[in-house]
Amino acid sequence: MTTTPFVVLKDVAKRWNGQLGVEGISLDIPEGSFTALLGPSGCGKSTTLRLLAGLELPDEGKILIDGKDVTTSAASDRNLSMVFQSYALFPHLSVAENVVFGLKVRRVPKAERLEKLHRALEITGLLGYEDRKPGELSGGQRQRVALARAIVAGQRLCLMDEPLSNLDAKLRNSVRKDIKKLQRDLGITVVYVTHDQTEAMSMADTVVLMKDGHIQQIGVPEDLYNKPNNTFVAEFVGAPPMALIGAAALNGFGGGKTIGIRAENIQIVPKGKGRLSCVVNESEFLGSETLIGLEHADTTGLCVLKSGLSMMPEGEEIDITFQDENLHVFDGAGQRMAAT
Amino acid sequence: MSAHANLERRRQAIYGWLLLSPAAVLLTVFAFYPSFATLWSSLFSRGTRRNPTEFVATENYADLFADPTFWLVVKNNLLYAGVTIPVSIGIALAMALWANSKISARGFVRTAYFTPTVLPMIAAANLWLFFYTPGLGVLDQIGSLFGLPSVNWLGQPETALWAIIIVTIWKEAGFFMIFYLAALQTIPEDLKEAADIEGTSRWTYTRRIVLPLLMPTTLFIAVNAMINSVKLIDHLFILTKGGPSDASKLILYYIWEMAFAFFDAPHAAAMTILVIAVLGIVAAVQFLYLDKRTHYQ
Repeated sequence: MTTTPFVVLKDVAKRWNGQLGVEGISLDIPEGSFTALLGPSGCGKSTTLRLLAGLELPDEGKILIDGKDVTTSAASDRNLSMVFQSYALFPHLSVAENVVFGLKVRRVPKAERLEKLHRALEITGLLGYEDRKPGELSGGQRQRVALARAIVAGQRLCLMDEPLSNLDAKLRNSVRKDIKKLQRDLGITVVYVTHDQTEAMSMADTVVLMKDGHIQQIGVPEDLYNKPNNTFVAEFVGAPPMALIGAAALNGFGGGKTIGIRAENIQIVPKGKGRLSCVVNESEFLGSETLIGLEHADTTGLCVLKSGLSMMPEGEEIDITFQDENLHVFDGAGQRMAAT
Repeated sequence: MSAHANLERRRQAIYGWLLLSPAAVLLTVFAFYPSFATLWSSLFSRGTRRNPTEFVATENYADLFADPTFWLVVKNNLLYAGVTIPVSIGIALAMALWANSKISARGFVRTAYFTPTVLPMIAAANLWLFFYTPGLGVLDQIGSLFGLPSVNWLGQPETALWAIIIVTIWKEAGFFMIFYLAALQTIPEDLKEAADIEGTSRWTYTRRIVLPLLMPTTLFIAVNAMINSVKLIDHLFILTKGGPSDASKLILYYIWEMAFAFFDAPHAAAMTILVIAVLGIVAAVQFLYLDKRTHYQ
């Protein structure tokens, strides 16, 4: 990874008829990195990607790619490729024609075209499907055609807009690994939009978490998990997400604060020896462990993990405890406070 | 096979036939029977008081092929079809592409283009009669501004058919545009975006992506335009009545004339059968040939 950023967004804003799309988006993306734009639907992550692609033009701010100001450039002048959520394959063209469409448009000679086509199909495992129409392919194969089309362009920057959201869970896992491997092997820079935090956390070098058109936190996945900037990040990242406890329910914290704690840091203790007593409201068997959902008036999302199969009866009252060093303290506005 | 499954299958078959029967009855009474009756009567001579009707086999057809007016009418109709079909499709496509782009007053443009379709052909013909009238007509008024001489568009053999052709195109293009507009809206927006990122020009995108995806619609419209080129003759009654000296006479008008002005039903029937045969063959070719080259989504 080089130190000078390859893609730069500076205070970018986009509004739709006065309504907020995104605002104050500043982002440095180093070359060869994998950046995930993560957030719930409507948070502006796709808008950010489309601004980067040149499919929308920003109202404010600057966009630089490879040191060149491309804020108002056309999409085709930005030297990037894109994988669409719906794949955007041309339904009347065969796999081969779809993949080389861009090369044809750019008048790449035929021999070179065929060579690049062969390589792209080889990488994506689509050899032998050249003459099929997209309608004759499975969802996973279509997805790979879209990837092949992005690869064949040979651009250093590749944008992906929720490329896995139309695949079933099992396929998603394998394609996730393929995309990650592809990005490493080709050494390309990938900006990847997703609403699935597992996807973002497992693939990305840098995760950009957004909400309501604003960036909430930028960081490596560990940071988002271990040092969430605010309660939104805390509740969005991780499975299960962080539980939040009103400070009033615990001794030793001032009022108005919110305490965050992850399920793996909570222990169940005999009655009367815990820091908090609550009621079991559900047990979910996940295979290697069991997730016990807990209820308490001052908390949201409180749960605890027990290894193996160990269901607990609903309505049972239990006590829990946790270490102070595992707590995350947020102020009244939900912002992270300095380490306790 | 068990008796139970057999019974179930028969029940399904009866159910299917029951659902089909209303349409089958109506089509038989009003389409199939008249067609066969026409075919039948085209094989008999015209009955007069002295000579009763008798079976003459293909004599009526032979008469037609020997009739110079018939060949003139066929030639007129071929020119009429040859011009109205491609031109109205071309204009419809151009208007649809325009009305589908992001322009202001898009709704107004669409409505304006569609208006001719809503007008009855007879009303439209009266409107155009006013346009074409020598001296008073709009065309002549505009022409006179530029010092052009008055032209009797409908009154001279060289221009009469062309005047009819223009009315038909004006009438049809808006109707076909609606089909293209609907088809254009089924093309996902992201295909355009994917093409944009590759640096595709607007023209290449239209030619390589939009037109192929519109092929099913084009095929449908082409068949319709072809049928219309035979059947759309209402305006002839208002504008030229086939004249002057048969210069704008089309085949269906000639059939009508033969049957109801000259009361020569057998020859009219023979001509009708010829028209049906030709239309059937052309439609079959269009579907069988173009279908193979058309991508359906």
